[in-house]
Amino acid sequence: MSLETFRKETRDWLEANCPPGMRVPAKGEADICWGGRNWTFASDDQRIWLERMAERGWTVPTWPKEYGGGGLTKEEGFVLKEEMKAMKARSPLDSFGIWMLGPALLKYGSEEQKREHLPKIARGEIRWCQGYSEPGAGSDLASLRTKGVLDGDEYVINGQKVWTSYADKSDWIFALVRTEADAPKHLGISFILIDMDTPGVSTKPIKLISGKSPFCETFFDDARAPVSNVVGKPGQGWDIAKYLLSHERAGIVSDAVSGGLNPVGAAHLAGEVDEKGRIADPILRGDVARLTIDALAFEATLRRVKDEADKGEGVGAKASILKYVGTELNKRRHELNMSALGSDGLLWEGEKEEDGEAARSWLRSRANSIEGGTSEIQLNIVAKRVLELPGT
Amino acid sequence: MSFVLNDEEQMLRDSARSFLSETAPVTAFRKLRDENNPDGFSRDLWSSMAEMGWTGILVEEDHGGADFGVFAAGLLLQEMGRTLTPSPFLSTAVLAATALRVAGSDAQKAKWLPKIVSGETVIGFAVDERARHNPDSINTTAKKQGNGLVLNGTKRFVANGAAADAVIVVARNEDGAPCLVLVDCNQKGVTRKARRTVDSHLPADFTFEDVALDGDALLDGADNTEGALKHILDVGRACVAAESLGVAEQAFDVTIDYIKEREQFGVPIASFQGLQHRAAHLLSEIEMARSIVMKALRTLDETPSQAPIWAAAAKAKATAVSRLATSEGIQMFGGVGMTDEYDIGLYYKRAQAAGEFLGDDAWGAGQVAKLSGY
Repeated sequence: MSLETFRKETRDWLEANCPPGMRVPAKGEADICWGGRNWTFASDDQRIWLERMAERGWTVPTWPKEYGGGGLTKEEGFVLKEEMKAMKARSPLDSFGIWMLGPALLKYGSEEQKREHLPKIARGEIRWCQGYSEPGAGSDLASLRTKGVLDGDEYVINGQKVWTSYADKSDWIFALVRTEADAPKHLGISFILIDMDTPGVSTKPIKLISGKSPFCETFFDDARAPVSNVVGKPGQGWDIAKYLLSHERAGIVSDAVSGGLNPVGAAHLAGEVDEKGRIADPILRGDVARLTIDALAFEATLRRVKDEADKGEGVGAKASILKYVGTELNKRRHELNMSALGSDGLLWEGEKEEDGEAARSWLRSRANSIEGGTSEIQLNIVAKRVLELPGT
Repeated sequence: MSFVLNDEEQMLRDSARSFLSETAPVTAFRKLRDENNPDGFSRDLWSSMAEMGWTGILVEEDHGGADFGVFAAGLLLQEMGRTLTPSPFLSTAVLAATALRVAGSDAQKAKWLPKIVSGETVIGFAVDERARHNPDSINTTAKKQGNGLVLNGTKRFVANGAAADAVIVVARNEDGAPCLVLVDCNQKGVTRKARRTVDSHLPADFTFEDVALDGDALLDGADNTEGALKHILDVGRACVAAESLGVAEQAFDVTIDYIKEREQFGVPIASFQGLQHRAAHLLSEIEMARSIVMKALRTLDETPSQAPIWAAAAKAKATAVSRLATSEGIQMFGGVGMTDEYDIGLYYKRAQAAGEFLGDDAWGAGQVAKLSGY
């Protein structure tokens, strides 16, 4: 099928199938569909949209069909994205399973692991969280201490993870575990899939400055996981983690260009505009314009990196540039949003559901340049791997 | 729209890079400067550019051009930015050629475009009358007089003005609408004063005092001169942004090479995290500038109606990044970066001048706000 035919058919299908309630932006994080065993849909429209998209494999359009994907080519996947954007259709399902675990399983997983886990991710039946960071092992991730000791055909796991996003709402965790205590730092780590219902696994939310707690601490006390749940080979966890981090970075980056937040709209909401509809404060207007320029440059860069990747040039350490620029940009966008809203932006709670959302999102955005590798770590990577600057 | 070069573009870029590094490297520019060359560029080099078809890069094939498009013109300017090669390419092959192309009559095109292609003429494009770029502030008038026109006004810092044979002047007609007139520099009533600028280029200020012109001096081949003028300036902005990008890239490359070599405290200074983070930040900014410049150039070729915001944004970004890259370069070179002997200072000066030409980053931000409706 030609790309133009595909575009037309896709547009027609989306027009016929995307419920009206899914054609308006989500009202904050609570309105986004994450799926999972205990998921309660925010609306019928949200449920219908997920069912219809999952039916076609379009929650994960470029994954192979046998694993619940849509089997689309990269170009077709891009057309689908464009057409969804054109009609303001929401993503039917967001999840770490889609962004992070899925690509890692497709590359490193066994056939059994793919057949077991990928279709459930595609249909939003199982919600995943990521067990990487530990107290004392943040940016120096490879110094992690959670250990797994082999006992028959099971690993007995002990230790603690931190910053496990949505661990309290997740069904399974993909965790980095030190399984070979004597191996060099990067070589003794395994990538293990663990059911959160396993005895010995517990979680505790961490309250943030935003007043919410997407992050948790996760504890393993003699928790058991079968050896068959190791992805790739035992000891190969670091390679998989790095591969997956590049996908995580891409995920965080895509937040930076999501159109939901708009300081110009904020200025209008707060009545901070002149009779011509321009932002009344000329300095704020200039700041917003400079942000717009950087956002346009960033958007163009995402397209360029994609085009270069399609030509086989590889993204590699450029992901670090995108992560660094994208997250710094997103923080700036939130700061300007708050500035444009003035005192209205300071609201913490109110009558409406969205009251307090601006301040909470602003505070949440501070984590952008910390999670998934801090800005400083990204700059180190660029300096060392792209510019090949010497170490001290 | 593709963000990668096709084979033809790749070839053009590669041949430009090797030609300029052999024929017109920074040492050649220094020589022109030290000899106080009255044109500010090499006439021989301009002829060579014509032989290679560069001068006709935006000229239709009917008039002897290669008609390669704005993206290709940008690629050439990016390479000229890398070598700091001065030439009338931007004023003549980009701005004047585009003006004739979009607003010239058939007779004007037939008369002037082959001269541009052959490299036998240098044409300036005169828009600004004030220190800061502002194409809305035009007080020069071109009023009807009999079958002809009479031109009055002043223009400042017209690029390549010292060497120009003719200038295309942005003026207002008796209705106050913008118009374009092509004026021979030897015409009675035209006076010019060459101005040597910080980057060792030679623009000129022009005064037009009751300059009597034939009717065919008016470029009235466009049904919408205002729109045509905007397009000409956008093409110029995207192309000069490409030059600024080249300036930034080369300044960055020589700086990185230098900090890898230069030792202090017994180690290369590139091993210090204070410099590593700044270098990595700078590379990130250059990557952003590169993408948006490519986007603006391609958009001018493929969907020109969407080009104004991209041209303004690209000009702003490239201006800011080239100034940052060259000033950081001086800082990282340390004391020697302040000396005339090292090239980094020449890049710093060109970044400042190219950044000013056709609107700096503040101008671009204002334009983006306006075009975005806020």
